[in-house]
Amino acid sequence: MSVETREAPRQEETPESPQQQPGGKSGGRSAASLGWTLARYLTMPVFLTLVCLSLYLVISSRPLDSIEKRTLNGPYIIHTVVRHLEISAVATVLVVLISVTAGVILTRPMMRRTAPYIVGVASTGQALPSIGVIVLIAVLTGQFGFKIAVVSLIIYAFLPILRNTMVGIQQVDQSIIEAGRGMGMTNAAVLFRIELPLAIPIMLAGIRTALIIVVGTAALATFINAGGMGDIINTGIKLSRDSILLTGSILTAVLALGVDYIAGIAEDVLKPKGL
Amino acid sequence: MSEVTEHLSERGIAIRLEKLSKTFPGQDEPAVKELSMDIFEGEIVVYVGPSGCGKTTTMKMINRIIEPSSGRIFIADEDVTDKDPDELRRHIGYVIQQIGLFPHMTIADNIATVPKMLGWDKQRISKRTDELLETVSIPNSYRNRYPKELSGGQRQRIGVARAMAADPPIMLMDEPFGAVDPITRERLQDEFLRLQQEIQKTIVFVTHDIDEAIKMGDRIAILRDQSEIAQYDTPETILTDPADQYVEDFIGSGASLKRLSLSKVEDIKTAEWPVAHLDDSHDDVREKMEESGREYVLLLDERDKPKRWVNREDIEQGISLKEAGWPAVAIVERHSSLYDTLDTMITSYRGSAIVVDENDGKYKGVVDFETVLAAIEEMRPQEGAVAPDFIAEREDLPS
Repeated sequence: MSVETREAPRQEETPESPQQQPGGKSGGRSAASLGWTLARYLTMPVFLTLVCLSLYLVISSRPLDSIEKRTLNGPYIIHTVVRHLEISAVATVLVVLISVTAGVILTRPMMRRTAPYIVGVASTGQALPSIGVIVLIAVLTGQFGFKIAVVSLIIYAFLPILRNTMVGIQQVDQSIIEAGRGMGMTNAAVLFRIELPLAIPIMLAGIRTALIIVVGTAALATFINAGGMGDIINTGIKLSRDSILLTGSILTAVLALGVDYIAGIAEDVLKPKGL
Repeated sequence: MSEVTEHLSERGIAIRLEKLSKTFPGQDEPAVKELSMDIFEGEIVVYVGPSGCGKTTTMKMINRIIEPSSGRIFIADEDVTDKDPDELRRHIGYVIQQIGLFPHMTIADNIATVPKMLGWDKQRISKRTDELLETVSIPNSYRNRYPKELSGGQRQRIGVARAMAADPPIMLMDEPFGAVDPITRERLQDEFLRLQQEIQKTIVFVTHDIDEAIKMGDRIAILRDQSEIAQYDTPETILTDPADQYVEDFIGSGASLKRLSLSKVEDIKTAEWPVAHLDDSHDDVREKMEESGREYVLLLDERDKPKRWVNREDIEQGISLKEAGWPAVAIVERHSSLYDTLDTMITSYRGSAIVVDENDGKYKGVVDFETVLAAIEEMRPQEGAVAPDFIAEREDLPS
């Protein structure tokens, strides 16, 4: 995962005249860039729609046997997709809350020494194979289903958000923080009005990564009886029906790409202006 | 803001430091050792010294960004050593070298930082922002821009405006003009000095540049290691009467010339000089020249702006006065320093400089070497210890 650093445009000093208007954008350039932005935003949805459409055409062009019919029907597919999204959404919301909080705590001055150890532990969560984490937790706790799937996904997606939150906060220019402290901002004000807003771009990148991991890995939830689109893929494998296997895999991929696309837009929208 | 225009002698003590010390954790030697000092209301006090002498640490102990290890800090007679530091800092302006504008906030939001914390209402904040933008000569249209859209000098001005937002009586400035190019720096310094005449804040200013200290300071504290005060006095006294070898070395060579940058040309008497207008007759001009006994006459245009120098021959040639003689180019404004004036004079053809009003460019007088030397004679200390520089200067002049 790449951690972008903010460009620091502080040092290009030029003797300026008060009338000078730096940063003024010309009308012609913005029209062109608007076109580009639109193209960038439209490519992915168009592509995903085309993929779904061709999948539908291929499947519906052939007669389905009774096994295929039980899986490849609208209500069932929608049911699994909704279930898949439920698992992913709950896991994502919880992991964002937990790991952002942890990231903030670990970057407080009093935690500076212990932070590396905790990050180390978090790394092992991601070093384990995802199916291992899911099955291991289910076996260890003796429980199966939705909750365990969510817990495993949280463990698995914890690190990217934690690490990016920490890096995002640590890369905030110390002089900006000092200026804030010097003006009488409390510790909380420095955190919420300076550190977190300035860390947002990097944090969002981490959250986006985590989201993709969650949506992709949620397909494995089928192995602990938690449902989701893994059910379709698994059925396809077990019953040797390529059409089912293909549909499940392609729809999972489409879902992951779609979520990534939406997360990308959210990143653009939520990024603070002026950075 | 009217109650601050008091006489200098009546000025109270704005900041008193008592045996202030700071030892950083893990270090044996203190960074600042038992510093005691009084800072008067409405003055710019400059801490100047070599890198690592503790000047920045000392300044940062005043608003307790760095907590002192021992000693007391008094602000306006109140002991603030144990006061809530956040509350304390909201009433002390703070400008640092890197400026530290919040990049994700607009210029207006940056300026509003402290007023918001003090609970001002929106209208008052907005009005104050307008005022401040005008004060630091940033167009009001910049309100909703972000810091990255501004040049270095503009950002520095916003940094100063932000520090002044809640009108704190005290401002701390840590090398505030250190990160801009020399031309911008000089302009910002001039602007700030003009501003200070209006606002009369108590300012603690840290720099390592003695020339900046001389220019900016009402009083200079020259510090050596551990923030020990080598000399704390007005720039005039420090230049003419350095306390010891350390101060002398720190000032460097040419102290007497630096002294010249402290006096303004408007403070010295200008020479009597004949002037005429471009549309006067040749006879009038010649008459004026003969009356004055000078060899040259300065010609002004209809708005009293200096235009040309003419001598007797030029007049007798009978060509139009608008083209006779030499163009008058050695021009200084009234508030220019004697240093700059002398510089202009030396490079000018006539060896004299014309003083004009800084606003409308009207002729105010002429300075020549005699008038400058007379002024230098006056500022010399009784024993005349620093004269040699000027004498050397004089011998080099074209006569």
